[in-house]
Amino acid sequence: MLLWIAFSLMTGAAILAVLWPLRTGAAMPAASTAEADLAVYRDQLAEIERDRASGLIAPAEGEAARTEVARRILRASAESGREGASFGDDRRRRIVAVVGLLGVPLLAGGLYLSLGSPLYPPQPLAQRLEGQPNPSDIAILIRKVETHLEANPNDGRGYEVVAPIYARIGRLDDAARAWSNAIRLLGPNAQRETGLGEALTAQAGGVVTVEAKAAFQAALAADPNDPKAQYFLGLAAEQDGQTAEAAQRWSALVAASPPDAPWLGLLREALARIGAPIPDAASGPGAADVAAAQSLTPEQRDAMVRGMVERLEARLAQEGGDIEGWLRLMRAWTVLGQQDKAKTAAGQARTHFASDSGALGRIDALARELGLGS
Amino acid sequence: MNPEIGHYALVLSLAVALLMTVIPAWGARTGDAALMRVGSTLALVLAGFVGLSFATLVVAYVQSDFSVLNVVENSHSAKPLLYRITGTWGNHEGSMLLWVLVLAIFAALVALFGANLPARLKANVLAVQGSVATAFLLFILFTSNPFTRVIPPPAEGQDLNPILQDIGLAIHPPLLYLGYVGFSITFAFAVAALIEGRIDAAWARWVRPWALTAWAFLTLGIAMGSYWAYYELGWGGWWFWDPVENASLMPWFAGTALIHSAVVMEKRDALKVWTVLLAILAFSLSLLGTFLVRSGVLTSVHTFATDPTRGVFILAILVFFIGGSLALYALRAPMLRQGGIFAPVSREGALVLNNLLLTAASAAVLVGTLYPLALEAYNGAKITVGPPYFNLTVGALMLPVAFAMPFGPLLAWKRGDLAGAAQRLMAAFGAAIVIAALAAYAQGGGPVLAPFGMGLAAFVVIGAMAEVIERAGFGRVPRATAFARLRGLPRSVFGGALAHAGVGVCLFGIIAETSWNAERIAGVKVGGSFEVGGYELTLDRLEPRNGPNYRDLVGVFTVRQGGVEMGTIESAKRLFTARNMPTTESGIRTMWFSQLYVSLGDELPGGGVGVRAYWKPFVTLIWIGSLIMALGGALSLSDRRLRVGAPKPAKKPKAKADGASPVPAE
Repeated sequence: MLLWIAFSLMTGAAILAVLWPLRTGAAMPAASTAEADLAVYRDQLAEIERDRASGLIAPAEGEAARTEVARRILRASAESGREGASFGDDRRRRIVAVVGLLGVPLLAGGLYLSLGSPLYPPQPLAQRLEGQPNPSDIAILIRKVETHLEANPNDGRGYEVVAPIYARIGRLDDAARAWSNAIRLLGPNAQRETGLGEALTAQAGGVVTVEAKAAFQAALAADPNDPKAQYFLGLAAEQDGQTAEAAQRWSALVAASPPDAPWLGLLREALARIGAPIPDAASGPGAADVAAAQSLTPEQRDAMVRGMVERLEARLAQEGGDIEGWLRLMRAWTVLGQQDKAKTAAGQARTHFASDSGALGRIDALARELGLGS
Repeated sequence: MNPEIGHYALVLSLAVALLMTVIPAWGARTGDAALMRVGSTLALVLAGFVGLSFATLVVAYVQSDFSVLNVVENSHSAKPLLYRITGTWGNHEGSMLLWVLVLAIFAALVALFGANLPARLKANVLAVQGSVATAFLLFILFTSNPFTRVIPPPAEGQDLNPILQDIGLAIHPPLLYLGYVGFSITFAFAVAALIEGRIDAAWARWVRPWALTAWAFLTLGIAMGSYWAYYELGWGGWWFWDPVENASLMPWFAGTALIHSAVVMEKRDALKVWTVLLAILAFSLSLLGTFLVRSGVLTSVHTFATDPTRGVFILAILVFFIGGSLALYALRAPMLRQGGIFAPVSREGALVLNNLLLTAASAAVLVGTLYPLALEAYNGAKITVGPPYFNLTVGALMLPVAFAMPFGPLLAWKRGDLAGAAQRLMAAFGAAIVIAALAAYAQGGGPVLAPFGMGLAAFVVIGAMAEVIERAGFGRVPRATAFARLRGLPRSVFGGALAHAGVGVCLFGIIAETSWNAERIAGVKVGGSFEVGGYELTLDRLEPRNGPNYRDLVGVFTVRQGGVEMGTIESAKRLFTARNMPTTESGIRTMWFSQLYVSLGDELPGGGVGVRAYWKPFVTLIWIGSLIMALGGALSLSDRRLRVGAPKPAKKPKAKADGASPVPAE
């Protein structure tokens, strides 16, 4: 509001600058050209007189100079009558007044509205830094933490707070450094290690470098359940050409994920990219199972996954009405390379759902998709 | 303060400038006093709004308001207050705003102090000034807006180019712009006179103070820039014939010619057409300089081609004003009435010679600056026209100027006596020969031309005093009378003599420095010594120091001459942390007029540091001479009296109309 008042006052001053001199009562000191010329030449004559009086110029020179100036004066006086300055006719003055009254606000206002940002307040740094910071002012929040960390370089929590913010605004170097510091000061945990790994990967343009891989492995060591670390280790495997390992990691992760896990879409895409079959998300393996799987060798992990699938099979044999379970079983066997078991599962499912054409259709479709024949 | 206030003030300035172009011009055309008077109030309001806009930007810099893009790009909150302020014009957008501010201030000064001007001339002058302001305000608002905002604001700025973080930035650009843009007023006077189609001796009288003001500021600005480059760049050079320097030198030559030809015009009503042309050229060259510096065309013609918005805009402004004024000149100049006549050997003749040589020098610099650009644009070849070309051409043109300079003021108007003038310069000539002989003796087997140069410089300095002594009549009249006359002399006589002496002093410095400077490049370990120009320098220690936004590596040297300790010099290599850019902070020790100059290079493997050291005899005289020149201009400006030519009659004066000449006013 204050801003608009200021704008109005400024506009008013500009308009006044046009209107004020147009007042009829205004004095008229305007000098005509001839008058101004004459003033100069009279001054010149006076100067010559002074010079002559003090002996600076010889009398003859002075006389000649006088002649020259006198000629100029004659000429100027002759012209003085010709130029008559009027004090404006009303029509002209009215036009100028209207131009001032309308033109100034229209031009300035219009141009400003297209160029300016009137709703955006000033943001002096001191004001942003003092008192309760505006939570949307991320730059300042970071700066405050940075100032704090400069004074207390061993405050691990500070690094932990600022690291993900760095990553979000793309300051990846700083993010990686902050995570490293947090790990150094607070000790490793899955979140810090994956954070570090992620920052390093983003910094390398999406390539999971050796350092990043080490970080993800350390994350899994701290929490075998960490889906991010699993995903990135799969990515590392893919980038190393180990497609099978990538598929295995991602499939296991999908199988271990709750069906509403936000990362499922990403995983399915990744699996599709390397041409691996896409399992359904599990309500299946309990968190404990997945946790256990992380600390195992690939062989052990295979055995564990197989155990989980067998448990699912056993459950379905008793309570066969779970169509999702059957479909997951078919997928699981296929992923584990047990085509015949998958076919058996398909057959059993068909018997269970013989009366349900919708379910049969889904089973047939999946069988075709998994290449199980019909 | 809200940056939007500044933004709106800038937009409003455009509206005001537009009205200032149209209304007074219309008033002058129709002889409407009310409309003409609108020009004056608008000029004052314009200066107020541009000033408000500039002040708002300065406040944004001081408060580190990083919601303004310009502040983000050129400031840093850790910078000392002074450099936060100067950073305002240490960048393209801010410096253009300063440019327009100076333009508006000059227009306001005409409105305030132009009461003695004919109303019509004043109105037209303001209209022309308004049109220049309009063009540059459009340029700023649409291609270089300093008030662009950033959402969301970052927490820190990108800092100013470290080379600019120096007291030099506080002084040099404002002075230079007062000079550059000051010539806009003489340009406006010239165009206004051409529009009216009438011009006479009185015009020169009105223009001269403005020309002198602009010239004095430009002289100071150039000298300051030269000293800044000298101590900041670390190479010990004080003039590089860099296109940016040339851009300021060209209007200086034209402006110097202008203040001289205006004298002829004022006194003798002669050289009118030429003076008007010089007034147009001086500002045209300023505009050209602005174009060269601001369009990016200097970095490379190709950078210019890839982002031509700004360059093309300034080029359009350039073409409009230079082309328009020259077209008007071609149209109207033949109609101007010619004034007094004079013989080739006369005061006027000497000033014509000065004008020819100065404009030729200006043209030589112009060719040397633009030729490489034209060639690059034509066939992509990158060449540089270096110091040898400029030294040869400008040097060859300036030597006769220097030699003729003492003669000019001693010649009478209309028809002079060269032999008489030479006779009166005998003393100066004798002194010059003595100085040259001393120089030759002192230098032993140095450059052959150096003693001649020193003699010439001495001739200029002493010859400059000859006019004052001559006019006071020392040696011809009793001493008391002479002193009385000396006191009675107009200040402009002293001003002129002082400015001419300044040229001599400057010349002395230039010749001494180029002939006898000594250079030494050495790798020195702590405790090591080397010798330059008869001084022994010992590196005592190398120590790191921390500044607010930089880190220094300081080398402390002890200076000894003949084993006697003379104090220390500190020279530093400075690293600015925000941009990770190094600068050199030369260590300079002034001994009388000479300087010992030490700058640090890179640290050497195995300890020690590279050092460049120079002995620069009489180098400060270059800038002292320039200061004296500017001081002469100021003194001349303070002369409120008129200088009226006192022509010697060619024949016995005939009887003239006594009755027509009014009695002197005083």
